[in-house]
Amino acid sequence: MTANDSSPHHLQLTRDGQLRHFLTLDGLNRALLTDILDTADSFIEVGERTIKKVPLLRGRTVVNLFFESSTRTRSTFELAAKRLSADVLNLDISTSATSKGESLSDTLLNLEAMASDMFVVRHSQSGAPHFIAESVTPGVAIINAGDGRHAHPTQAMLDMLTIRQKKGQFEGLKVAIVGDVLHSRVARSQIRALNELGAGEVRIIAPGTLLPKDVESLGCKVEYDMTRGMKDLDVVIMLRLQKERMEGALLPSEREFYRLYGLNQQKLALAHPDCIVMHPGPINRGVEIESAVADGPQSVILNQVTNGIAIRMAVMSMAMGGQVAERQQKLSERGQA
Amino acid sequence: MTALLDIDQLLDQMEGGLRQVLEQRGIESPVLIGIRTGGVWLADVLSKRLGTEEPFGELDISFYRDDFSRIGLNPRVKPSSLPFDTEGRDIILIDDVIMSGRTIRAAMNEIFDYGRPASIILATLIDLGARELPIQPDVTGRALALESHQRVKLRGPDPLRVELQEAGQ
Repeated sequence: MTANDSSPHHLQLTRDGQLRHFLTLDGLNRALLTDILDTADSFIEVGERTIKKVPLLRGRTVVNLFFESSTRTRSTFELAAKRLSADVLNLDISTSATSKGESLSDTLLNLEAMASDMFVVRHSQSGAPHFIAESVTPGVAIINAGDGRHAHPTQAMLDMLTIRQKKGQFEGLKVAIVGDVLHSRVARSQIRALNELGAGEVRIIAPGTLLPKDVESLGCKVEYDMTRGMKDLDVVIMLRLQKERMEGALLPSEREFYRLYGLNQQKLALAHPDCIVMHPGPINRGVEIESAVADGPQSVILNQVTNGIAIRMAVMSMAMGGQVAERQQKLSERGQA
Repeated sequence: MTALLDIDQLLDQMEGGLRQVLEQRGIESPVLIGIRTGGVWLADVLSKRLGTEEPFGELDISFYRDDFSRIGLNPRVKPSSLPFDTEGRDIILIDDVIMSGRTIRAAMNEIFDYGRPASIILATLIDLGARELPIQPDVTGRALALESHQRVKLRGPDPLRVELQEAGQ
């Protein structure tokens, strides 16, 4: 075993390259990302039926482990698991055993002892899902639902699904991500996905105080001036201003931020006329985005929510499939030995 | 061997068989559903031959397979598409080859998730026997008994042809 085997992207794939966890987009190639999008396309059709359920994960137990609060992500993961016929347990850890002094590892081992098959993990610490997959419960499929400032891979993939739906392909697209990149795990995953899928240009539009130090090494251009940055865009992705994460005075005021980096109709008019407007939610109307734009004809914000269920169904069924295939392979190898 | 597997003969057989069953049961406006991939090609041909007015449905049974816990998810799954309401309809379910019967079980489970059909008629191009479930086609192009080293496969969509492969060749 080399040191590399425990890195997230080796950990999350089986020997023959199937997903077995979904921790980060790092190390996932274009073919696998495209497989995820294609599988999600098939699940969109399931969501349009009267009976929105398929029996793929029947009898499997999925535990939503949210160490950090969330409404949309948690509820779409829950719906995704239920539409795959899994049994779902929702644990809001901040109000449960850990507050009685139980360690994280003990909580997880207890859940594993209840024969859980999959943990969907959101945690404020970067790397927590990786830690769980690697050393706490290796037999359980781990899906990262957002960890610290590190990654939010299902959000990035549902954004890619939305872009592909509306634009048909990624080649040649000019995409901008606007706002609080510094605190955004979504932005990191989006940049990685857009580059791997072959987008023409990825731009970051943000004030210097909301940019991470290494931003250009992520593979994007930086633009401080939004009127310049909006030119020729096919896709504009607004980020939420993470007020609860603001430490110290990174911004003069919300009003100042809105004036410079908020998306209104005048600024949107600088982009291509068919430029789509995206936002991971929850939106702060009048802080990052004007209501007329959020509710306007170019907005695909609610399509993103619908697509979120399909992407989560795809990732969950692929990771569970990788786990069972691998287990089966090991059993047959043992049988032959 | 080629003569035995003449596709036009097999399709004539299926068409004739279907017309007979529809008449016996007094069904006037059936809808066709093909199972991906071969069954869809056949549904296309048979809907023209039978003159059905509605477009045929396409079923991908990947989400309903009973071997998920052994082999995981089929990576080439495509969306199913049933461009009509199945509730109360008489359905002709079409596949290229029937063997264990597991594909048909999965397909029927999926159809019922769209609604409760009045009836389902099963039509297959080739019946290889070796059934593992109590499922039998109402109409078959031809029953074949293969040697263990032989495989049969429908190629298409244009032209459709049945290939008999000898293992090791």
